[in-house]
Amino acid sequence: MAPTVSLHQGFVGTAMRFPDRVAVIEPGRGSITFGELDRVSDRMRDRLLASGVAPGDRVGLYLRKSIDSVAAIYGILKTGAAYVPVDPGAPPARNAYILSNCEVRVAVTEKRFVERLREELALLKSAPSLFCLDEVNGGEGIARALDAADVSAVAPPGETCYPGPDALAYILYTSGSTGKPKGVMLSHENAVSFVDWCAEIFEPRFGDRFSSHAPFHFDLSILDLHVPLKHGAAIVLIGEDAGKDPQHLAKMIADERITCWYSAPSILALLAQYGALETLDLTALRLVLFAGEVFAVKHLRSLARQLPRPRYFNLYGPTETNVCTFYEVVLPVSDERTTPYPIGKVCSHLQARVVDERGRTAPAGEQGELCITGRGVMQGYWALPDQTARGFLVEPDGVRWYRTGDIVETDDADDYIYRGRRDRMVKRRGYRVELGEIEAGLYRHPSIKEAAVVSLPDEEAGVRIVAYLSCRDSKRPSLIALKRFCSENLPLYMIPDQFVWLDALPKTSTDKVDYQQLKGMA
Amino acid sequence: MPDSIESAVKTFILNEFLPGEDPAELTMQTPLITGAILDSIATMKLVLFLEETWGIRLEAHEASPDNLDTIALIAGLVHSKQA
Repeated sequence: MAPTVSLHQGFVGTAMRFPDRVAVIEPGRGSITFGELDRVSDRMRDRLLASGVAPGDRVGLYLRKSIDSVAAIYGILKTGAAYVPVDPGAPPARNAYILSNCEVRVAVTEKRFVERLREELALLKSAPSLFCLDEVNGGEGIARALDAADVSAVAPPGETCYPGPDALAYILYTSGSTGKPKGVMLSHENAVSFVDWCAEIFEPRFGDRFSSHAPFHFDLSILDLHVPLKHGAAIVLIGEDAGKDPQHLAKMIADERITCWYSAPSILALLAQYGALETLDLTALRLVLFAGEVFAVKHLRSLARQLPRPRYFNLYGPTETNVCTFYEVVLPVSDERTTPYPIGKVCSHLQARVVDERGRTAPAGEQGELCITGRGVMQGYWALPDQTARGFLVEPDGVRWYRTGDIVETDDADDYIYRGRRDRMVKRRGYRVELGEIEAGLYRHPSIKEAAVVSLPDEEAGVRIVAYLSCRDSKRPSLIALKRFCSENLPLYMIPDQFVWLDALPKTSTDKVDYQQLKGMA
Repeated sequence: MPDSIESAVKTFILNEFLPGEDPAELTMQTPLITGAILDSIATMKLVLFLEETWGIRLEAHEASPDNLDTIALIAGLVHSKQA
């Protein structure tokens, strides 16, 4: 069999072979088979083609997680365009910026988002076509919207496009230090090489049921969606509501007989503490994968004690490479252990090296920045050639090494150990957050004269984000007013945990904000 | 005591999530979830507080802004669960 080069090729092949298998389950709302998902995504493809979408375009995805949004993703991929998922819970202005920045031809969205989205897009002088669902609901929403569009003009049947390896499959926007999110461009080859690496290690099979806990704008979703659908396994979509209640979530893992769980460690820590796991039958679970931040050992120990049967993997990697190193945690987690587990060894489709400040290979055992090259590494940032150039170390032989910004060292077993960042990026609940983007958001408040944001280690949450502010006016905004302002200007995971007002921020001798002193004050 | 639920919830939110805030700023209609006072973990802690204090059980779909976005809504939900 010829190697797969397009991300949707595996799914289409599986749908042809096993049309009656269940592909996606949306608990409480229904499920869809491979065959039906293939047909609905064909119809979505045809509708997008009729709207003028062509290979090489971008199509926005502004939908809540659902069977409808999975069908939309595959419909977009089948046109040869790249999908650009945005966070439906993020401020509409941020989402409009993303859709306008990468010049989507069409955005697939829901009625509830349309009015604000149109307003915000108009401010940016951007007017992509909107394909609007009344709402998402177990696949019925997209089917109804396609039926309704066919009433005015039937979309002629088109062909599925299988773009080459360098064509973009999706663009994921991550926090940007200048206050604007930046688009990480991932090609079909990037995605397929990652999906195939996952298959090599996790051996997805018929009968597997993968959790889809991460939202689709988050890179963890690439494994959740595309690994099971290529290999004939099912996906169980976990909605945002369930994620708020660990007892309910744990029950869902049991009731849906989930076999492979993948999420940020923070949700696993909540499950370990509040999930009442001992009361449930979780014997179907064979894999627990976690990524996005450091898993506090005490919570991992507690989880592994309650669930000793699955294999546990710590996956590491920035959006720019997706997972690039991995480590299997061998149980039990000893009582003495307090240091987090290593991030492990490089994945087989990539290569890694550790460099010093001048970009030279660091001596064995010394700390340095982890750099990655290979088939999984992004092409660059959308329309940001300078940031793209700064993101890579290019060798004289032309090999581009992506600079992760993460400082690592190797241990005696040649596993990489994460030591910290070289810049102002932090991970919070699995999301990466540029502290500069939070500051830029705070500066939009008319009363804020100065803003400086620091992160501090926190045993429970991983990091705690503190904003130090000074005010232009004599009356400072209330904490409630500040939080509400943040909710309108920043994604939820970027809102500081604490706000501290000062008469003026401390400065260094060169009149820059003294972050070290601020950290000391916390 | 018709307002006991409201005042108990208000005290809990002020103590847990808004330390140092002027209590007068937190009204019955202040948006809690959509106003970013309660994130998902804070919402979970609030739900545990409601369940333990009033001996009720909330389903996952009930832990949404439709039911929990203001103190008035929360009090209404607790009342309906007790009925």
